[in-house]
Amino acid sequence: MTTRLFGERVPRVEDPRLVTGNGRFLDDLGHDALEAAFVRSPHAHARIVDIDVSEALDVEGLVAIYTYDDLDGRTGEALPLLIPHPTLTHGRTPHALARDEVNHVGEAVVMVVATSRYVAEDAAERVRVEYDFLPAVVGIEAARAAEELVHDDVPGNLAARMVQQTGDADAAVDAAPNLLELDLEIERSASMPLEGKGVLARWDPDDESLLVHTSTQTSTSVRQALAAKLGLPVDRVEVVTPDVGGGFGVKIVHPWPEEILVPWAAIRLGRPVKWTEDRREHFVSSAHERGQLHHVRVGYDDEGVLAGLSVRFWHDNGAYVPYGLIVPIITSTQLLGPYKPGVYRVEFDSLYTNTVLVTPYRGAGRPQGCYVMERVMDAIAAERGIDRTVVRERNFIRPEEMPYDHGLIFQDGRPLLYDSGDYPATLAKLKKLVGWDGFEAYREQARAEGRRVGIGLACYVEGTGVGPYEGGHIRVETDGTVVVSTGLTTQGQGHRTMLAQIVADELGVPFDRVRVTTGDTRRFKYAVGTFASRTAVMSGSAVALTARSVRDKALTIAAEALEVDVEDLEVVDGHVRVKGSPSSSIDLGAVAVLSNPLRYAFDEAAARATQFAAPADPEKPPVGPGEQPGLEGSDYYSPPRSTFANGMHAVVVETDPDTAEIRVLRYCVVHDCGTLVNPMLVEGQIHGGVAQGVGGALYERMEYAPDGQLLNASFMDFLMPYASEVPEVEIDHLVTPSPLNPLGVKGAGEAGVIPGAAAIASAIEDAEGLTITRMPISPSELFALRAAHRKETP
Amino acid sequence: MKPPAFAYHRPRSLADALDVLARLGAEAKVLAGGQSLVPLMSMRLAAPAALVDVNHVPGLDSVEVTADRVVVGALARHSRVEHDPEAYDAVPLLRRALLLVAHPTIRNRGTTVGSLVHGDPAAEMPAVLCLLDGFVTLRSASGSRDVPADAFFTGPMESDVRPGELAVSATFRRPPAGSRSSFLEVSRRHGDYAVCGVGAVVSDGTARVALIGVGAGPVLVPLDEPDDPDRVAAAVDAAIEPEDDIHATADYRRHLAQVLTRRALAEVS
Ligand SMILES: Cc1cc2nc3c(=O)[nH]c(=O)nc-3n(C[C@H](O)[C@H](O)[C@H](O)COP(=O)(O)OP(=O)(O)OC[C@H]3O[C@@H](n4cnc5c(N)ncnc54)[C@H](O)[C@@H]3O)c2cc1C
Repeated sequence: MTTRLFGERVPRVEDPRLVTGNGRFLDDLGHDALEAAFVRSPHAHARIVDIDVSEALDVEGLVAIYTYDDLDGRTGEALPLLIPHPTLTHGRTPHALARDEVNHVGEAVVMVVATSRYVAEDAAERVRVEYDFLPAVVGIEAARAAEELVHDDVPGNLAARMVQQTGDADAAVDAAPNLLELDLEIERSASMPLEGKGVLARWDPDDESLLVHTSTQTSTSVRQALAAKLGLPVDRVEVVTPDVGGGFGVKIVHPWPEEILVPWAAIRLGRPVKWTEDRREHFVSSAHERGQLHHVRVGYDDEGVLAGLSVRFWHDNGAYVPYGLIVPIITSTQLLGPYKPGVYRVEFDSLYTNTVLVTPYRGAGRPQGCYVMERVMDAIAAERGIDRTVVRERNFIRPEEMPYDHGLIFQDGRPLLYDSGDYPATLAKLKKLVGWDGFEAYREQARAEGRRVGIGLACYVEGTGVGPYEGGHIRVETDGTVVVSTGLTTQGQGHRTMLAQIVADELGVPFDRVRVTTGDTRRFKYAVGTFASRTAVMSGSAVALTARSVRDKALTIAAEALEVDVEDLEVVDGHVRVKGSPSSSIDLGAVAVLSNPLRYAFDEAAARATQFAAPADPEKPPVGPGEQPGLEGSDYYSPPRSTFANGMHAVVVETDPDTAEIRVLRYCVVHDCGTLVNPMLVEGQIHGGVAQGVGGALYERMEYAPDGQLLNASFMDFLMPYASEVPEVEIDHLVTPSPLNPLGVKGAGEAGVIPGAAAIASAIEDAEGLTITRMPISPSELFALRAAHRKETP
Repeated sequence: MKPPAFAYHRPRSLADALDVLARLGAEAKVLAGGQSLVPLMSMRLAAPAALVDVNHVPGLDSVEVTADRVVVGALARHSRVEHDPEAYDAVPLLRRALLLVAHPTIRNRGTTVGSLVHGDPAAEMPAVLCLLDGFVTLRSASGSRDVPADAFFTGPMESDVRPGELAVSATFRRPPAGSRSSFLEVSRRHGDYAVCGVGAVVSDGTARVALIGVGAGPVLVPLDEPDDPDRVAAAVDAAIEPEDDIHATADYRRHLAQVLTRRALAEVS
């Protein structure tokens, strides 16, 4: 038997290329291309009075300068609102180049194309834009107060107000024996991939076709958007993702202004044009996430069991909402985590501010929700004097209550219905892993050494694998190579390895015969994209189904050639053979030859295979009805709804009693994403997520001045954790398979980041004995909190 | 993040270097390790018309240790100084402080003299130069001068290097036998510039500390009575002028100055 690869720690096929520097990222391509730079607004809110390009015109090497007035056809329209929602009554999106008003620092105003990026920046520096300043709205409180407006025609700066409830939650809260009210805040961070965005466009005038490479999370949708915006037939546009150096959400948004402008300019100029986003541009003109303010009312009994939960929150959506309400909708639903809230009500406002727009960043609204719910759990535990794990346990949905319907609508417009999960078992594993019950002894020992330590935990549930669908195509070449493609994209996760494992198993071929392509519209046209922890669930299932159909076809052809029944055949190691009689076999390459009645013997495989060819029936067409030449097939997977993964993290921190420095001593994760295709890849996803969780808890924040200037738009001052700040991550898995897909998998991509801020807040609170309501927290802020706490409790 | 055009000069001898610096005057900037200058140029925060790359000038990369001093040449990289065993024996504080300067990859390029000239108020090596009564030797086409540490650091990101001058070396005096030293700091992440840092040297009953991140440059505080915690605290408090920034409040820095001074002195006493 071929050893089963599903579940094995197969090393990544991607790595040899990448670690030897042979990756090809966007900026490695198109050395013949002209390069673009942008004049971006230095002001958060202003009207454009005049644009004077005259001084830039004599920069040597300048090729073109474009402003809004140059944009023709549909390129001049506002960019699409990708995900409308009935409550999004005031959706506003930007133009590819600002039309008459700028709404955040960094908004593109003028495009410059030149022989190199250096020259383009020289010319851009000489463009004079005259602005009339308007007051900037920065921060949720200013947006909510609405004394100034971001968009004149959006009263109250309110893009949307949305309510979901399962009953009269406030009445339930008021009727409960105990009530707590909490105000909680979480600040902005960002996806911040190592590689920013980038676009290279080549127009072929002979073929009248456009080939675009872009660092995106969705090439198929960029293709559709480009065809529509540029007025080209869709079949004249192809979009390819080269190696992509991380996405984390920001590259799912499309089309970015530059994704329209670069191809548009390439067509106009008849020359290849490239734009590579630099770090400063990425900070001020991509997207951020996380910033929310919550007011929570919770009612519970003396055991800490929830009777009602009423959450009111305000979401800062930045200057525009091209990605709709996905982030706050996820917060509002996934806040519930593994718990039964009693009666639940949530109401949120999505508010405009004169800051960079807000779109999903890994976790996509869940870290905020998890943080809020877990702060509530800790507050109840503290108020009742109950162990924090016990309060959680008492509120868990029990395994026997699965599938569990919360009675709410999730981000995919489907019911928020958990398919499976065993939360008490996850918690038990976590307590064991971190040594929860022995912690007081450790605390005492540390205290005796003059050290201050604390432990915290946080639990989450993550809806993963949202639809509507993904597909796969598999072709077996005559040399036995198995060529797999799926339309969604990859940004470093190891999809090629994971998908090849699935196909190798399903088809019965050696792993190294399988080649996987992702994110290339020349190969696969219909796809959604990579986000929402969906690739293993969606494309994994799709290629499994496809492999099964190709296997069936191979068996049919082989059965005829070997003159046996299909039921008597198996596929092992790339050969179809008769069960119990392995010498009677035919390799899949030969089957591929037989599948095509045109058998020019170009190679040995074809020559060899002809021995199996049955004599043709002169009365029948060589390709019969319902048959197709070639050993290939395509299939799609479309789930009824999302599948829900879960996990719990525990953190041990040490805080310096004098300097208030915060150190994470241990970071433990128990994770349940159903069956694991490749545990090593899942753990890699968790490691990366935890690193971002630590970043969001202790280091990263977007520091906006009241006038809308981003004060830390560089890696010098926006502090992402280095390897030295990320703790060793201890991981244990629990496997409760999803009943919703053929593989039993659930998504794992975002999980690691979700409970970071919540768990670390819990641990610091435990170490310090003071209340934390705002994350991230720096040593300077902890120092200030201590001082305030001393004042309150002399 | 691309620098505007600039002229690039690569002198092959000290004489040529001084010559081209004299010719270009204020238009030129010296390029040493480039770890501070190049990012500034890429962000277009500095736009010198010309760079004089001294990396190919022979004879500037030495670390010389004599009975009473360590002389670090303009092209001696941080890592070279850090790993020099004789320099370590003579002045352990050099390695101690250098380990807090950025990360190994940056120390492999960045120079100790460049760091002094750059004059970041949170940088470690200026404080070390002050603590060890060091000086910087500047050469120009028309002569040479030594500037003592207390006169060299003239403000945040400013030092007393005049147009046409090249800092050829920095001299750190070897403290008397039996001296002890320490360098402690709090930074946001490993290898970041300090939020606040304190270097301390104690010898023959005299003590001095130098603080970084709490003033326009390194703040040297001689301590007459290092064993009296109240007087130490008062002296430090009076000398520093910390400010708020996005990473820390002035209050917090003031607090750290006290904590770190206490800890550094405890280590050396
Ligand atoms: C990520 C990062 C973290 C860092 N962290 C720290 C830190 O924690 N502590 C710290 O101290 N430093 C830190 N640095 C700065 C580093 O130490 C620099 O290398 C140093 O400050 C400058 O040295 P350089 O040789 O690179 O100088 P360059 O960048 O080449 O030059 C800096 C300036 O000094 C001038 N200059 C340099 N040499 C001479 C000379 N011989 N004569 C006249 N003028 C000269 C240049 O003209 C320029 O103005 C960090 C740098 C980076 C990139």
